[in-house]
Amino acid sequence: MKRREFLLLPAASLGGVLVYTLGREPLRVHAQTGEIQVPLRFFTAAEARIVQAACARIFPSDESGPGATEAGVVIYIDRQLAGPYGRDKYRYAKAPFVESVPEHGYQGKASPREIYREGIKQLEDFASLDAAAQDRRLHAIETTTFFRMLRQHTIEGMFSDPLHGGNAGLIGWQLIGYPGPLMSYREEIDKLHGQPFRRKPVSLAQVVGHPVVGWEEEKD
Amino acid sequence: MQQLKPVNVAIAGGGLVGLTLAKEIGARTSLSVVVLERGQPRKLSDYAAGMDELDYALRYRMMQNLAEETATHRHSMRASAVPIRQYGSFNPGTGVGGAAEHWGGISYRFYPENFRLASALREKHGKRLPENLAIQDWGVSYEELEPYYWRAEQLLGVCGKAGNLGGRKVDGGNVFEGARSHEYPNPPHKMSYAATLFEKAARESGYHPYPVPTATLSRNYTNPDGVSRAACAYCGYCTRYGCMIGAKAQPTNVLMPVLQKQKNFTLRTGCNVRRLAHRQGKVEGLRYFDRTGEEFFQPADIVIVASWTLNNSRLLMLSKLGEPYDPATGKGTLGRNLTHQVSAATRVFLDKPLNGFMGAGGLGYGISDFDGKEGVDGFPGVLRGGNIRLMSTGDGPIASFGAVPPGEVKADWGAEWKKAALEWHDRSANINSEAEHLAYRQNYLDLDPTYTDNYGDPLMRLTLDWTDHERAQGAMLGKIQTQIAKAMNGRPGPTNSRLLERYTITQYQSTHVNGGAIMGTSPETSVVNPWLQHWQAHNLWVVGGSAFPQNGSGNPTLTILALALRAADGLIDRYLKHPEGLL
Repeated sequence: MKRREFLLLPAASLGGVLVYTLGREPLRVHAQTGEIQVPLRFFTAAEARIVQAACARIFPSDESGPGATEAGVVIYIDRQLAGPYGRDKYRYAKAPFVESVPEHGYQGKASPREIYREGIKQLEDFASLDAAAQDRRLHAIETTTFFRMLRQHTIEGMFSDPLHGGNAGLIGWQLIGYPGPLMSYREEIDKLHGQPFRRKPVSLAQVVGHPVVGWEEEKD
Repeated sequence: MQQLKPVNVAIAGGGLVGLTLAKEIGARTSLSVVVLERGQPRKLSDYAAGMDELDYALRYRMMQNLAEETATHRHSMRASAVPIRQYGSFNPGTGVGGAAEHWGGISYRFYPENFRLASALREKHGKRLPENLAIQDWGVSYEELEPYYWRAEQLLGVCGKAGNLGGRKVDGGNVFEGARSHEYPNPPHKMSYAATLFEKAARESGYHPYPVPTATLSRNYTNPDGVSRAACAYCGYCTRYGCMIGAKAQPTNVLMPVLQKQKNFTLRTGCNVRRLAHRQGKVEGLRYFDRTGEEFFQPADIVIVASWTLNNSRLLMLSKLGEPYDPATGKGTLGRNLTHQVSAATRVFLDKPLNGFMGAGGLGYGISDFDGKEGVDGFPGVLRGGNIRLMSTGDGPIASFGAVPPGEVKADWGAEWKKAALEWHDRSANINSEAEHLAYRQNYLDLDPTYTDNYGDPLMRLTLDWTDHERAQGAMLGKIQTQIAKAMNGRPGPTNSRLLERYTITQYQSTHVNGGAIMGTSPETSVVNPWLQHWQAHNLWVVGGSAFPQNGSGNPTLTILALALRAADGLIDRYLKHPEGLL
């Protein structure tokens, strides 16, 4: 059996509170100081560090606000890849695999898991490079299937419901003023014309009053 | 194979069409009705926890599992097809209610001329029409269909404002529409900021904006079957989701409450119909697998094929019922006249925040000044137009992130992009169009020679590409969209005309794929007659978007429902009196 791998994250980078599910059991870790060990489902620790570093260049933490690191995007991606999406449970993955015209999109055999494994290999020492060098490396692979996937997943990890492992502390929704999946705007939709409706965001679990299990938790 | 007890009526597909026919037959006759649905049962209480953009809008959790079954596509007969491996240009449903559980609710009627399009275009253009057109009249007129449109609107509780009441034009509605016998059952929705900006700009440009008709309720409503539903709360989790309060008309909340009380109705889920058994012009029943993989034969006196449009044609092809269409000779009918819809969109960037996450699947305004036959004469090469609308369908935080006016940033990642994307977030909206797609000889369906589904049956193959006509439609609509965007004091982005260079399976356009088992007045040129009864098997009905000879511009669901209600009348009031012949 594979040794369980962990990603070490500075606790403060996740707002001090990390909510994640492990084996379908919601678990809340409070850590005011030091580091949190996040158990990984798919990545090795070394892979997770490379992905985390790359996501931090795609959606950086800077003066315009927090980014992929604070949102825990790498945890989101790890769970997606470990789940049915990562192993192509819902993609037509039968042979023959034939390269076709651009209008036919990705026609390859490799699943998201395999695309990541291969893509990460190409990035090798990425995590130890400085930011400028990292950006050059990413520009060089900008049009690859791997990078387009990584970019898309970074946005998903920033702005999906925290039930999926990213958007920690609803940090992504705060950044864009998204209030969460509220059930009604009956009183606001035709009144707030030109004025932002911005309130402290709430997660789906808060809205429905019970934990919600993401599709990535589905077993074979 | 297990032989089941015969029933009077067996229906393949438990979506909007199948359940509507089951309800009509079940309520008006004493016939036993069995609906076979390949997917799972659904109920309203499933949907609250489904307000999750990732799983539902981006991972298509309610839709057909493409790993098990998809379709293939090629641009022309000369090319070889590849599978639609991941979701893109259209979203077939599965499960009880089918795609009408996760539709947006937009409920247009087609124009009177749509039903006699071939005649109308020949009268207007004579021999100047492109040679490869395969357009046909439907064999049913708007006037014949009008009472069924009205019944469909009442069933769903459609909200809107009439623009033509009995021939009298009414300001504020779609003044170009065909005559209605009644005002809509419900008034228009409350409108979003972006939609009101569009309405004002369109009106001041001299056009005729109207509230887009929709089956999400603007007020609490009880339909003629006594089914009550709550008013929409504008949560925005609408298209690609099930509505958790039932404000959106969904088969599970409009039809199932009635069906559950019908003693002569049985719904079997997890039952995947594979073949129609037929002999000498008569269908004998349906062969299907249940979810454990066991095979059954359900004998029936009458069979109704009511699955999603492509699957209707595929079931006929797999069952070897009807002559497959051959584009080289023009012979055969099954698979001909495949159409989609011509999508064009221009993004408009605005000064103020829009609260774009508020909305409903069909909430917004449209104009039809360049729709149908209107307005097209000023645009060389355009025979038929499309609607132009701005709708607040509920922007998800993931999908709506990253819209930046053209030229603002170089890359689509990194610090500069992030800053611009945050600055422009919630400040843009799409002005979009759906134009009529004409039928062409070269666009058709057949069985793929290479790729198979999880039962080993060949996938449906789409041979489909755009022509200069669709590109001209897109250019016309993009021009007007851009003009309105400017009139909104917005910055227009480029029109997505790349989508019309060649048919693209990777980008969502609409689920309005139609044709393949088309209706018409002659067995030489159609699969079903104007009552949707199969020309070659009198006890078989094939109902759905598969029957459209070519596509209209509005969303097709209401027309599909109206045709289904009319098919039910034909079957119940006429066929059952003389159950051996064609209507």
